[in-house]
Amino acid sequence: MTDRVSFWEWIGFRSVGGIAEAGWGRTLVVAVVSFIYFLPVLFIIFTAIKPQGLALSVPPTLSPTSFFGLIPDQFVFTPTLDNFASVFSRVMTAGGQPESTGFDRFFFNSIVIASASVLLALVIGTLAAYGFSRYPLKGNDTYLFVILTTRMLPAIVVIIPVILMFRAVGLSGSYLGIIMLYAAFNLAFTVWMMKSFFDELSTDVEDAARIDGSSEIKVFFKICLPQVVAGLAATFVFGLILTWNEFLFALLLTGPDTRTVPVAMNQAVSSGGRGTDWTLLAAIETLFLVPVFLATFFLQDHLLRGVTFGTVRK
Amino acid sequence: MSTIEIRDLTKKFGTFVAVKDANLSVAAGETVCLLGPSGCGKTTTLRTIAGLERATAGDVVIAGRRVNHLPPEKRDIAMVFQFYALYPALSVGRNIAMPLHREAIGSAEVAARVRKVADILHLRDILDRLPGQISEGEKQRAAVARAIVRDPKCFLFDEPLSRLDVELRHSMRGQIKAVLSNLTKATVIVTHDQLEALTMADRIAIMRDGLIEQVGSPHEVFAKPANVFVASFIGTPQMNLIDAQFKGYGNGKAKVVFDEQDVDLSVHPAVANLKTGRVTVGIRPRAFSVVSEDTRDTIDAMAELIEPMGAETLIHARTKTGSDIRVVVPRDKRVKIGEALHLVPDPAQTHVFADDGKAVRA
Repeated sequence: MTDRVSFWEWIGFRSVGGIAEAGWGRTLVVAVVSFIYFLPVLFIIFTAIKPQGLALSVPPTLSPTSFFGLIPDQFVFTPTLDNFASVFSRVMTAGGQPESTGFDRFFFNSIVIASASVLLALVIGTLAAYGFSRYPLKGNDTYLFVILTTRMLPAIVVIIPVILMFRAVGLSGSYLGIIMLYAAFNLAFTVWMMKSFFDELSTDVEDAARIDGSSEIKVFFKICLPQVVAGLAATFVFGLILTWNEFLFALLLTGPDTRTVPVAMNQAVSSGGRGTDWTLLAAIETLFLVPVFLATFFLQDHLLRGVTFGTVRK
Repeated sequence: MSTIEIRDLTKKFGTFVAVKDANLSVAAGETVCLLGPSGCGKTTTLRTIAGLERATAGDVVIAGRRVNHLPPEKRDIAMVFQFYALYPALSVGRNIAMPLHREAIGSAEVAARVRKVADILHLRDILDRLPGQISEGEKQRAAVARAIVRDPKCFLFDEPLSRLDVELRHSMRGQIKAVLSNLTKATVIVTHDQLEALTMADRIAIMRDGLIEQVGSPHEVFAKPANVFVASFIGTPQMNLIDAQFKGYGNGKAKVVFDEQDVDLSVHPAVANLKTGRVTVGIRPRAFSVVSEDTRDTIDAMAELIEPMGAETLIHARTKTGSDIRVVVPRDKRVKIGEALHLVPDPAQTHVFADDGKAVRA
């Protein structure tokens, strides 16, 4: 008997059945790989706090601190928050005064439009999914397939009739229009996700509730919904990320008042013919990450169970 | 009175007939087990009584009232599910309290009643835990507690013990029986485990392919199986069912031929009225006595496989033409593999089933 751990074991190849103890070796390997994947995001965050001139410097500056002399001086930059300030207010014309860029409004728009449309899709989609799961139709799968076909065409194909229709009914540039459109697009995904969660539930529990005197409404709200909270959270976050980053529809269907951040971001860095302001762009992107990051962070307990589609259960 | 009655109950799913013309009545305070192999329609019958399925034809009568059209919550029943069906998001205490919500009683009364059943089923210490945090046995007791917390007209149990390990099953069987014996309700228990049925039931209804094959006390279904299916289903090791030719009846004995052996069997006198032809002779493995002489009364076979079972020994014996006969002998009776056995069946435990599978006894 020996306690010596071989190198392969140490980096994570298993030599025993079941779940092994959390090991330092494999943790290190995964940490390194994760860090490599995280590098682009880190680089954007660093760019956001660089002085404007250093964004494209060669060799690139890599760190806001020298880590007690560990990193040579030519790779170190002095962090600044100026870029974040100029997201919201900056000098727009040569020699002029700083003026508001409207980005507070665009962030507000993005948050309202994304969360309203995802929540709307979640409410309608969850009800529909419960219906498909518990009150199936003849040819249930066909209907589900038809619902999915709404997501089979690329956005660029769908957009032309949508623009024409929105013009005709006066929805162009309104909150209502873009929220409805996003909700409709999220619906397919929501119905499919939530149906799989409802399918996983034991109908015995619902039957028990019926015998104990619950109405069908109560069975849905008191018995089923609490069991699919993980699914609701996962669907919400996935929908939120998709909607939050959507560009094409927002570009063509929002007006000056309802513009979302991805569209505004594009316009902020490409207008004026002065070349791209990379540090400004990085600052917008960094701010843009925050809401989705927070939503995911606060829902992560549910997400972990949610993304496994309820298949891993005790 | 708390009774359950089903009359000519039929339940179809599409063209599949799950239950066919089932008749059963359960008296107040009586426990009836629906016993049968999986897919025989026993759970469907139970769910139809509960109102979770709607009867295709026939009536469900609870406490003298036809309830076909009533939804489950109006039938005034309590049901324990196979997988317990505890509400995952509610604590054990709130699970047990759930059926009380529709009764107009104050929260103090609810708490008192929950405490009372929690004491009976030893759940006092885990009332605040969630179902995911308790053991299988505790879940089972919580499910029973939820059923008895109210005062329903009848109780329905769907495979209540199937998820427990052997030891727990024994103790829960006793506990459930004790709880039920203090209540004067009609109870229906669905099970595929004959031991469970034999120990818990006042009467057993044996089902196969949607039909109730026999209803009787545990003793009756064991000692007087109505047909070949019941005979083969009840009792372990399984009853020997031997295909034979019935040649006639005389001197209280049936002359039968099987596997080229002429045997005279002491059987029920009603066999005298039977026409000659194909019959099935059923003999319990424990009903043989092993004698030293080969006579006309004996079945001859050779011991082929010997399985000691503790107090007894199970012998698989084979006749000359290859039929398998199971014989159980006391532990102290030594038999060697290859030994010729001369077996005399006990007349009281020898059943003759006519060609249509029905026992000849009337």
